[in-house]
Amino acid sequence: MTIEMNKNGGELKLSIEGRLDTTTSPELEGKLKGELDGVTALEFDIKDLEYISSAGLRVLLQAQKTMNKQGKMVIHNASEDIMEIFDVTGFSDILTIE
Amino acid sequence: MRELRTEAKSENLDTVLEFTTDGFDVIGVSPALRMKMEVAVEEIFVNIASYAYGGKPGPVVIKTDVSGEPSTWKTVFIDEGIEYNPLKKPDPDISLSVEERAVGGLGIYMVKKSMDSMEYEYTDGKNILTITKILE
Repeated sequence: MTIEMNKNGGELKLSIEGRLDTTTSPELEGKLKGELDGVTALEFDIKDLEYISSAGLRVLLQAQKTMNKQGKMVIHNASEDIMEIFDVTGFSDILTIE
Repeated sequence: MRELRTEAKSENLDTVLEFTTDGFDVIGVSPALRMKMEVAVEEIFVNIASYAYGGKPGPVVIKTDVSGEPSTWKTVFIDEGIEYNPLKKPDPDISLSVEERAVGGLGIYMVKKSMDSMEYEYTDGKNILTITKILE
């Protein structure tokens, strides 16, 4: 997994490439923990995310919980396969996916 | 069935994934279908690694094959840890709001939803969990 991060004031943009699984999710979780203070707009670009398991969903849900208190969170460019996982788990109802 | 005996720890996840999906490139399994099977293997294996032996090391045997008509992928997980039937675990309520939803508890639910069958038995001190998916 590769994470590319851009911070501009209260805006944080993350592009995630590869696999978000049990092995890699702690890295994303750690990055978010260190960077979310003062962020009011969080954006994920998951165009090149190939795989997500419950470990990855857990990190996204935690981020959404945090952002509901301090701003908004948007997910861009989910592939059809990833979207199916969001649908099955009800995440398409609780995340903002554009 | 091909058989892999390994230690139940999450560091072995990649080895287990490679073992259970070996040959998929040759058969020509679509990426969407492949992800479903990989997610199932990950969720079950990580569950065993995390809970079966209460955090201590322990063995797990994984058997897998593709056979039959229609062509069906079958994978069996056998551990000798605490008796645990994941099929008895209640499904998470996926209609809850962000605030109400618990972080976690989705793994086994995803397996149930994506596999064609999931069976559990406890025999001779062993948890035996079998999942199948038709490769269409």
